Amino acid sequence: MSINRRNFFKALGATGAALTLGRDAGAAKSTENPVEFYGILYDSTRCVGCQTCEISCAQANNLPEPTDYPELGVVRKTDENRRTVVNVYNTTKGEVYIKRQCMHCNEPACAAACLTQAMHKTKEGPVVWNGDKCMGCRYCMVSCPFDAPKFEYNSPNPEITKCTMCFARQQEGKIPACVENCPAEALKFGTRRELIAEARKRIVENPGMYVDHIYGEHEAGGTAFLYLSPVPFEEIGFKTDIQKTSYPALSKGFLYSVPAVFVLWPMVLLGIQDATKNNNQKNNTDE
Amino acid sequence: MNNTANCYIENESKSRWKFLLSELKPKGKIFTWFNIITVPVILVGLVLIVIRFWKGIGAVTNLTQEVPWGLWIGFDVVTGVAFAGGAYVITFMVYILNMQKYHSIVRVTVLNGFLAYVFYAGALLLDLGRPWNVINPIIGNGFGTSSVLFLVAWHFLLYMIAQLIEFSPAIAEWLGAKRARQILSGMTLAAVIFGITLSTLHQSGLGALYLMAKDKIHPLWYSEFIPIMFFVSSIFAGLSMVIFEGSITHKVFSDQISDKHHHGHKSILHGLAKVCTGAMFAYFFLQILVFVHGKRWEYLNTPMGYWYLTEMLGFVLFPMLLFYYSYRRNNVTLIRVAAIITMLGIIINRLNVTVIGFRWDAIQHYYPSWMEIVVTMAVIFTEIWIFRWVINRLPVLRESPSWVNETK
Repeated sequence: MSINRRNFFKALGATGAALTLGRDAGAAKSTENPVEFYGILYDSTRCVGCQTCEISCAQANNLPEPTDYPELGVVRKTDENRRTVVNVYNTTKGEVYIKRQCMHCNEPACAAACLTQAMHKTKEGPVVWNGDKCMGCRYCMVSCPFDAPKFEYNSPNPEITKCTMCFARQQEGKIPACVENCPAEALKFGTRRELIAEARKRIVENPGMYVDHIYGEHEAGGTAFLYLSPVPFEEIGFKTDIQKTSYPALSKGFLYSVPAVFVLWPMVLLGIQDATKNNNQKNNTDE
Repeated sequence: MNNTANCYIENESKSRWKFLLSELKPKGKIFTWFNIITVPVILVGLVLIVIRFWKGIGAVTNLTQEVPWGLWIGFDVVTGVAFAGGAYVITFMVYILNMQKYHSIVRVTVLNGFLAYVFYAGALLLDLGRPWNVINPIIGNGFGTSSVLFLVAWHFLLYMIAQLIEFSPAIAEWLGAKRARQILSGMTLAAVIFGITLSTLHQSGLGALYLMAKDKIHPLWYSEFIPIMFFVSSIFAGLSMVIFEGSITHKVFSDQISDKHHHGHKSILHGLAKVCTGAMFAYFFLQILVFVHGKRWEYLNTPMGYWYLTEMLGFVLFPMLLFYYSYRRNNVTLIRVAAIITMLGIIINRLNVTVIGFRWDAIQHYYPSWMEIVVTMAVIFTEIWIFRWVINRLPVLRESPSWVNETK
């Protein structure tokens, strides 16, 4: 009996320890944050595909400048050496340019996936990466619905790279390099709320020019990068089946069940163990 | 009795070093077919591992920016851990349900599970881009509590400790540490309960890892029930591995096994076949529910749909029926065949979620490079070497030394 009680308390202690670990599990980001996120509005009707954003991005991040250019039928992708690309698509309204980079989600899947909080959403809005914490597991890449984080596969000391919305420049009071240098004013930097209001205004004032959809307003639970387009977004290579709620919510249910399992399971197991104790002599094969 | 014990303790520290050194030497023949095949593979694997750390992961793997997890995660970790599930199922049956019949296979199963976790978690280090930061979630350089991987990482660590405690009486018996053995075996039940709880959560957690990859996994394999599927299938995956591994060890190490256990083994396989039938029925039923509930009929008449049917009918339903039939007929050979088909089915299922069905629509598909395969084989072979080393020295398959019963 005394041994049983001792074991009971051991299991209880273990459960308590596990509970403290499992505590905040799943609580991704509080959405009631009063600080307003900054974002960028991209208006593809204004973009002329000049690649100034690509070049200024490369300069701002000490990366090689692009050697190729937007071409019909070619989908250029961001990689570890370029954090933004401009592609051109043949659409029902002629050629349309579109700039791609990290979307800086309101509730980023990559940050929820990160087990060291190396990838995290700053209170200003950019989603950034911290190399001192990252172990290079690439779970952020598995989780990101936009495939934004990239990995330096050919380096012994690899980094996860992606657009940072020029977080360092923002800290110095400057705006992102791509926005600052865009000659066509296709990019606009501001708080996300202002940008959504501005995007609405443009749609209302020129209903024939835009589709009535701000990509990023609800996609993946809302993103800091917002897009306006003259054609439906599937024509310009966007995933339109993307869910409108946040991606971290997908694993919340599982994570919330963890503390409950940790409390209840040991108790149930002890109960069964106690109930079957007298079976010792029987060679019972039933489960 | 007391005198001999005192003498023993005095000589203990000196003789123990000699004993350990002598135990390190190889036993048995050196040029067996197993050694001749595995040694070159392990050596090539070591060279590849050096290249991987020198030139980066891209130098040896075919991983891409779209498919960042390949064979090393999908097979080594996700499939390997499912196969290691036998340890928690067997300890559940023996220590919680008190089915004493299975007591003779507890140690070998726990050893197998422990080594699987050590080696597959070790293989994980190869896949980490910045492995020197691996302790960050443990020491708190960022507690990413919203991450399923955070839970899995902690559970791997804690479960390895729990399994080590479960196995530690065998180490104490090997070293002749009587007092330590008494203390350690007193901790077994707590370790078992803790271990089963951890296993429940991280077996399902490995599936939950993929919950956020909703748009990337083929809809026939993605559902919000992946965690439950992974947990239920780990039961029969683990037991099939126990059947498979048990059948091999009983041949290879037959000199270590007492007659009593030899005779008991058939009855054990028989019982395990029955449990497998039940678990597989539950799993198959769940799969049907998810399929029908998700209205997935439209995908069936596609290449991926045929592949799904092959998995479900050929590698779940068929071995389930085979387990049932061989259990009714008490046919040990068929039980083994069913176990092997079940294991193939688990490999197919885990790879379907993690590799084959992951980005199935991508233009450029991921196929593992020969180097990834060789490293994987090297990891498995090294594990078998360690397993063999332990079996030949510790009382895992053979009876505990006689003093164990005396001190009871």
